[in-house]
Amino acid sequence: MAKITYVTHDNQSHTIDVDNGLTVMEGAVQNDIPGIDADCGGGMACATCHVYVKEDWLDKLPKKEDGEEDMLDMAFEPKKNSRLSCQLIVSDGLDGLIVNIPSKQG
Amino acid sequence: MKKTDALIIGAGPTGLFTAHQLKLIGLDCEVVDNLDKIGGQCIELYPDKPIYDIPAVPECTGEELTNNLINQLKPFDIKFHLNERVDEVKRDDDNWFVKTNSGKTFLTPNVIIAGGVGSFEPRKFPPKECEKFENKSLFYSVKDKKKFEGKTISIFGGGDSALDWAVELSKTSKVNLVHRRDEFRGAQATVDKIKELKNAGKIQLFTKYQLVDVKGSSQLENIDIKHDDGEIKNLKTDYVLGFFGLIMQLGPIADWGLNIDKKTIKVDTEKFETNQKGIYAVGDICTYPGKLKLILSGFHEGALAARACFKLARPNEKYRFEFTTTSSKLLKRLGKKE
Repeated sequence: MAKITYVTHDNQSHTIDVDNGLTVMEGAVQNDIPGIDADCGGGMACATCHVYVKEDWLDKLPKKEDGEEDMLDMAFEPKKNSRLSCQLIVSDGLDGLIVNIPSKQG
Repeated sequence: MKKTDALIIGAGPTGLFTAHQLKLIGLDCEVVDNLDKIGGQCIELYPDKPIYDIPAVPECTGEELTNNLINQLKPFDIKFHLNERVDEVKRDDDNWFVKTNSGKTFLTPNVIIAGGVGSFEPRKFPPKECEKFENKSLFYSVKDKKKFEGKTISIFGGGDSALDWAVELSKTSKVNLVHRRDEFRGAQATVDKIKELKNAGKIQLFTKYQLVDVKGSSQLENIDIKHDDGEIKNLKTDYVLGFFGLIMQLGPIADWGLNIDKKTIKVDTEKFETNQKGIYAVGDICTYPGKLKLILSGFHEGALAARACFKLARPNEKYRFEFTTTSSKLLKRLGKKE
């Protein structure tokens, strides 16, 4: 289990306990956190679960697989700290992770 | 105005198999889809990705699944209306009046929404000012390339569409290609071609840049692009093209008086009917207790919705359940028997 903090575009902060094995995307969707659409349901095929990861977390996260950066090309306002939240699998190591949700997914 | 027993919105796997079921039980139907091709998400999002959970099909790609479904429809005459989005669905006595964005109209007792997560629309540039120039000097697709001759075009994106158009338009225009990173996801041969054109001075390449502003009065005059490290460059340009793929938008469906919850439509599990009589929702777009977003669920939902359509399309006839293995009526419809 890990405490994940989702900060929405209007600066509302939601801290949720997310079970290990779920993705950061699923943690948001299952808890009705607005701003993560996840249209394709976690298939790394739509770039609508895009989040910005707090800088100090960037190196601690699982590395991007082939294809994630390609999908981020299509995301709304991608930045250096952009990730697809469906590719971030929750483990104890992610406890305290903070992600910012962009103003739009597309 | 076209009259039909059922109109299907969406030509993805669920819409295709629903069409099959309608034709099999003797109803006619027409299919509308906003994409330029049949297959929905299977063809647009994952044509090459293998799928492993279609019953009795151990492994197939999105494209193979689509082709198999199209083959299964071969015995039937089904009219597809591609590149068209249904904009309006209105009650007209016992029927629904349906209108597409190109002005085509239908009258039908049954509308089956098999719309996935909505219709595919181009992803747009983030800056708000872009809207002002959209379809005038800023485009998300190329319909007539002649207008770009001799002009300066700034193309954004790193996939095949962006690269192909950069190569093509560089023959007759001054092309700036702008992408957010150094790597391109387009085909290697095209990427090599771009590098060649860049070295020959035919294309100006700006990587690690993104669009931040567009300026001009009625016509676009110049744009600002921003580098990862914060540096802003101003480019004079006549036209801007953006190729960021497609995104699914629920779109006009939201305005048809349906019971919508988080981009999905609530239905019953007998007919897959919405809160509006004669409007059904099947596949990823429908929701009910226990809903699974699997292709196989869409097939089941479509088969049941098709039977429900029979009642409204043939109010004076009784639907009788039959098997394709034994029914000569069904075998005739399938073209297997004279």
